[in-house]
Parts: sequence; C-alpha cells; structure tokens
Amino acid sequence: MNVLVVDDEEDVKLLFEQRFRKEIKSGEMEFEFAFSGEAALNYLAQHQHEAVLILSDINMPGMSGLELLKKIKEKESAPPPTVVMITAYGDDENYKIAMGLGADDFLTKPLDFTLLKEKLKAI
Amino acid sequence: MNQHLQSILNLIQKDNLISAEQKTTIIKALKDADKELEITAFKLDRTEKVKRTTAILLEETIEELEQKRMAIEETNSALQKSLEELKSTQAQLIQSEKMASLGELTAGIAHEIQNPLNFVNNFSEVSNELIDEMKEEFRNGETEEGFAIADDIKQNLEKIIHHGKRADAIVKGMLEHSRTSSGEKVETDINALCDEYLRLSFHGLRAKDKSFNAAFETHFDANLPRINVASQDIGRVLLNLINNAFYAVNEKLKEGKSDYNPGVEVITRKTEKGIEISVKDNGNGIPEHIKDKIFQPFFTTKPTGKGTGLGLSLSYDIVKAHGGEIKIESIEGHGANFIINLPVEKFHITRVL
Repeated sequence: MNVLVVDDEEDVKLLFEQRFRKEIKSGEMEFEFAFSGEAALNYLAQHQHEAVLILSDINMPGMSGLELLKKIKEKESAPPPTVVMITAYGDDENYKIAMGLGADDFLTKPLDFTLLKEKLKAI
Repeated sequence: MNQHLQSILNLIQKDNLISAEQKTTIIKALKDADKELEITAFKLDRTEKVKRTTAILLEETIEELEQKRMAIEETNSALQKSLEELKSTQAQLIQSEKMASLGELTAGIAHEIQNPLNFVNNFSEVSNELIDEMKEEFRNGETEEGFAIADDIKQNLEKIIHHGKRADAIVKGMLEHSRTSSGEKVETDINALCDEYLRLSFHGLRAKDKSFNAAFETHFDANLPRINVASQDIGRVLLNLINNAFYAVNEKLKEGKSDYNPGVEVITRKTEKGIEISVKDNGNGIPEHIKDKIFQPFFTTKPTGKGTGLGLSLSYDIVKAHGGEIKIESIEGHGANFIINLPVEKFHITRVL
C-alpha cells in the first residue's frame, strides 16, 4: 500500500518511518511525504496510476488540508483516492466541513498509531 | 502774590535809591515771575492728580491680575489632574490592548504548543518500543542492527529535546508578552522573533476563523546581526503588523475574486546602520488619505469591537523608543509594506587582557 502523508511539520516523516519500521522493511507499506497541500497535488499529478491513500493534516499554511481534500475529490479520477483527514482535538467545525467534502475517514491529533495501523490494514 | 515776592516788592517800593523807572521794570518782572510761579504750581497740582489717578488704576489692575493668576492656577491644577487621569487611563488601555492581543493569541499558542507536545509524546513512545527491539536484536546477536536502532533512539531523543524546547519557548514567549514590559534591552535574534510571532498570529487567526487561510513566506537574512531590543515590545510591534497584514489579505479574500491568492511575507535584512524588517501583504493597501492618520491613537479602519486603534500607535512609539522608524509603502489595491528600521546599538568594547 502506498500512503501519502501531508503535513507541514517535517518531523512527521521521521516519526512515520519509525512507527512503520517493520511494515516499510517488509515492503508491506510505502510512505511518501508532502509538506504542503501544493506539494501533495504535485505528487498526485505525477503518480496518477498508483493507488494512493492520502493522510492529510488540516491546519497547514497556504493550501489547507480542506482545500486539498476538495481538489482531490473534485478530480474525475475513478475511483477517487481514499482520503483520511487528521483533525485537531475538539475541532467539530473542521470535522463537519471535511465530512461534507467527502473525507473517507478521520483521525484526531495526537495520532494514535495503533489505531492508524488497524485502519490502514482494514483498507 | 507769592509771599516772598511780595516782601521783595515791599522793600523795593520803600527804597529811595532806586529810580521810579527802575522800580517799574523790577515790579513788572516780579509780577511776571509771580504769574509763572502760579502756572507752575497749577501744573504741578495737575500732575499730582494724574499721578493719584494712575496709582489707583494701577492698584486695580494689580488686583485684577492677581484674580486672573488665581484662576489660572486653579485651571492648571485641574489640568494636571486630568493629565494624571489620562495617563493612568492610557496605562490601562495599553495593558488591555496587550491582554486583547494575548487573547487573540491563545488559540495560536494552544496549537503551537500542541504540535511539539505531540512530537514529544510520539517520539518517546516510539523510542520505548525501539529499545525493546534493540534488546531483541542484541539478544539474537544482530549487533549491527542493534546499533542502527540505538542511533535512531539517539536521534529521537534529540527530537524530543528540540520539540520540548520549542514548547518551552512558546510558553515563555506568552508569559513575556503578558508581563509589563521592563523595557530592558537584551540581545535578540530578530529572525527567530519574527518567525515566532508569524506562526502565533497565523494559527491564532486560523483558530478564530476557520475559513481564514493565507500563504506566508519568510525571507530571513542569515547574516542578520543580533541587536539589543526590549524583545517583548518589539514582539508586540511584529504581532500588530502581522495581524494587520493577515487581516488585510482576509478582507480582500472576502471580496471573492477567484484569481486572488492571499499572502503575507516577512523579510529581514542587514542595513548599513542596523537591521530592516518588512511585513508585506497583498491586500487592498492603504488609501492615500489615511496614510498620515494610521499611526494616530484610536484611529482604526476595522469595524467596532475589532480593533482598539492603538496597535499601530503603540508600535510607532515602541520603534521610536528604540531609535528606529516605521515607514509605509502602499499602492492602493495592491497591498501594503510596513518597514521597520532598527539601529544596531554600539556595544561596549570588553577589555581583553
């Protein structure tokens, strides 16, 4: 499975690489990182043929996670990629907006990696 | 006739040695002298009267002046009292403006603390797991793999320290922001200060208004000298300017033009005499007719309740107190650029033995 993680905090890369150490080593999962919404769209444009699961933060400068979600879901690629949004704790408003925009699932910050692993394996 | 002249007249008239003709001449002279004397006496009397009148007038004037002086004194003390009241009101206003801006920051601060804390927690947890894995590798004689994990753990601990310090700096910054400024100048990294307030402002506005979004960019001069400033005061100036910039781009965004991309830029550079900080936005700019008013206290273009009208006025005073200046460059409809120039203070040369 190819997962694209979108977050403006660059240390998430190191964290994911360690949290999914075994999965990456076994080739079960592959991770790509984009540090802005714009960079994520660029990556997706270049890797259209690959089945990608997108894991995106909402609160980012420039293009927010919500705008990214909207842009991804608007594109007529069939089937549209699965997008999991990461919302801040207690942020109901963004949750509702993301739901309306067609987000496939939600995770709250701070990330519970055990839960994330379960979700990824279920997909 | 004057008594003395009369005596002379009598003496002359009795004298037989003087001829009648001479007598007539002397008597005429005496009578003329008497007449002149009389006129002089009259004039003297008149002058005396004028003098008395003048003295009375003078006295009245002095009295009047005294009354006026007392009235002025009363007015003065009333003014002094108002001035003191104004000063204390101003101090209260400055404090409430500061607390208001802190209130605006709260959400940004929460977000800014939450992120590093998440990293601290996550890196700690993963390191805990990695230690078990490392033990396992060593137990199995996989020394190389074990050391590789140890390196990861070390890197994680560095990340924990880094993010812990990040949260620490935010809390310290917040406390400093709310404290009354001591005005004490300390050597400050202006790039770091700009970065901190840019993030706080962005996340603060974002938390208050979910629809708010803007790109921000920093162009920091890596060779910017550290300068002596009252860092929380300069921080407030930066916060005011950055908040205004985000406000301006958000206002323009609300106009709904599809090709508009809101953006705020903070630029620092070394100048001949010190440093320059620019806070630039691509909002609607500042109309020419209000350019000279925007640094006046209580002047605001924001709707009631949205701005105190003190931000820029205080910023102006703070920069001036640092021997610097604030300039505005703005083209109506295309954005504004606030440029702060701060001088590098001359450092005392430490004597080297």
